[in-house]
Amino acid sequence: MEKNIMVFLEYKKGKLQDVSKELLSKARSLAKKLGSKVLGLAVGYNLKNLAELGEYGADRIIYVSNKELSLYRSIPFAKTVVSAILHYRPYIVLFGATHIGRDLAPRVASCLQAGLTADCTELKIGDYKTGKILYKDQLLQIRPAWGGNIIATIVSPESNPSMATVREGVIAIDKIISGKKAEVEEFSVEFSKQDLVTEIIEQSIEERDGDLKGAKIVIGAGMGAAEDYIMNLIFQLAKLLKAEVGGSRPLIDAGFLSPHRQIGQTGVTIRPNLYIALGISGQVQHLVGIMNSKRILAINKDPEAPIFDVAHYKIVGDLKDVLPIMIKAYKDMLKKI
Amino acid sequence: MSFNMVVLVKQVPDTSNIVEDAMKPDGTVNREALPAIINPEDLCALEEALKIKENAGGSITVISMGPPKAEDVLRYCLCMGADKAILLSDRRFAASDTLATSYTLTKAIEKLPSFDIIFCGRQAIDGDTAQVGPQVAEKLNINQLTYVFNIVELTKEYIVVKRDIGDGYEICKSPLPVLLTISSKANTPRPPSVKRAMAYKKLKAQKNDNALILLWDLESIGADPNRCGLKGSKTRVKKVENVVLKTFDKKEIQPTLDSISELLKELKEDHIIG
Repeated sequence: MEKNIMVFLEYKKGKLQDVSKELLSKARSLAKKLGSKVLGLAVGYNLKNLAELGEYGADRIIYVSNKELSLYRSIPFAKTVVSAILHYRPYIVLFGATHIGRDLAPRVASCLQAGLTADCTELKIGDYKTGKILYKDQLLQIRPAWGGNIIATIVSPESNPSMATVREGVIAIDKIISGKKAEVEEFSVEFSKQDLVTEIIEQSIEERDGDLKGAKIVIGAGMGAAEDYIMNLIFQLAKLLKAEVGGSRPLIDAGFLSPHRQIGQTGVTIRPNLYIALGISGQVQHLVGIMNSKRILAINKDPEAPIFDVAHYKIVGDLKDVLPIMIKAYKDMLKKI
Repeated sequence: MSFNMVVLVKQVPDTSNIVEDAMKPDGTVNREALPAIINPEDLCALEEALKIKENAGGSITVISMGPPKAEDVLRYCLCMGADKAILLSDRRFAASDTLATSYTLTKAIEKLPSFDIIFCGRQAIDGDTAQVGPQVAEKLNINQLTYVFNIVELTKEYIVVKRDIGDGYEICKSPLPVLLTISSKANTPRPPSVKRAMAYKKLKAQKNDNALILLWDLESIGADPNRCGLKGSKTRVKKVENVVLKTFDKKEIQPTLDSISELLKELKEDHIIG
């Protein structure tokens, strides 16, 4: 039997979410190992440009279109995904670890009595041996646990399929396969009145300014920067460097930046060329979100701060003194060009 | 109007307080060395139930699956104002993943005479999976509303809530019964009442049907042993590693104009900055 990989494609207002593109890309490399196909499961109403998802790695798109699926609701979506899994029998099913994915995947896994691992940061194919039994070609589901203090590798050898939710931003999208088209196939699911009991009265979506995930330079502010004066200096520097500004959880909780700018395990995972950590002590929960940065520059008053363990460039000093120097140095450099 | 409410709680190690001797030499976490606490968002779930009890009336049953020591968190819930508690404790429940846990909890809930609302915390701080709530809802064949931070309206027929959807929120309505998962944004849980704390000081989980903390095992809930504990779990831990986050190629830069200018020049030459 073919060990196909199904990816749940998450749409919001008709727009495919980045995490789904990341998953298609990952599924493509896993499927190559297994010699199998990537099936994208598109659930919604009036979705467009499905065949083009071939460029990210989908071989086939299974399209479930129904007016009742315009907005996400747990029961009809779970029923749809369960029906598609029972029909197409994938070996692996992947979801984004988003609010939708983390609401949907457990309900689906419960119904299928399948194993499910939450918030994976890496997926691989490998063998699993227990006692005398060797399970080949298992999905190795790698995730942080215990508040980011350990990394666990989970398998689900007796589960059909193996299921995982994967964090947004942890997988780099491979080069797209220009011009490749996926086959699109419609699949339909019937709903009863009981399936449609949730009524969505209102949705309020914040427009997100800026994009931490895709930024080339990110400045992260921690509690050492929790002063309006310092935050102003940070915004000045960010403007000069064309950088995005994010923060540690305590700084966000203190109200200095909006919640979608939180960097770390419970926030955004970033992968910039340069990450500048300002007044950030470097708790594990924060570090796991920045480790994909090419270079890390840290400025902190405390020479023993754990952030310096991961920094390529260490500056010990007070932000009130160092930031103006840095701003001046950068302006001077611009003048010389 | 009065509501039968169930709150599912978990005793967890305090992962925000991992100290060095909590790590075993093989890199795994020594659960015993960490203080055990009630999962913080489960307290928010209980607080929502208590607010409903005060405003509309009703009763609250708190359920936890865990080792005998988990009776501590149930006692704490009683001190906050819950009416009754059930501890699901049996060696055959040990090493459950979320699938087995949700099965066991569901079997216990099915033993209760009735329920209108089941409350869970959004997720637990040890596993961070957020899976048990939706899996219990699926097994009971009821609706679920996750990431709830505000209960807007509640009648005997329906509930209206505000829930997080990642980049904003939505207001939605569901008939009862329903399972809600509550996030820490919802409220600040009340402290336990001193009077109750004194009265319940020596309270233990007991098999006696009249006990305030009931002790139930696999037979009490009529569960299938093949669906509980490790046997009933579909996931296995293959490997556990300590997180080692270190960079080896590092430089210390002096906080002076010359040194910082030099650093920026280097970053520019390496095409790291603009």
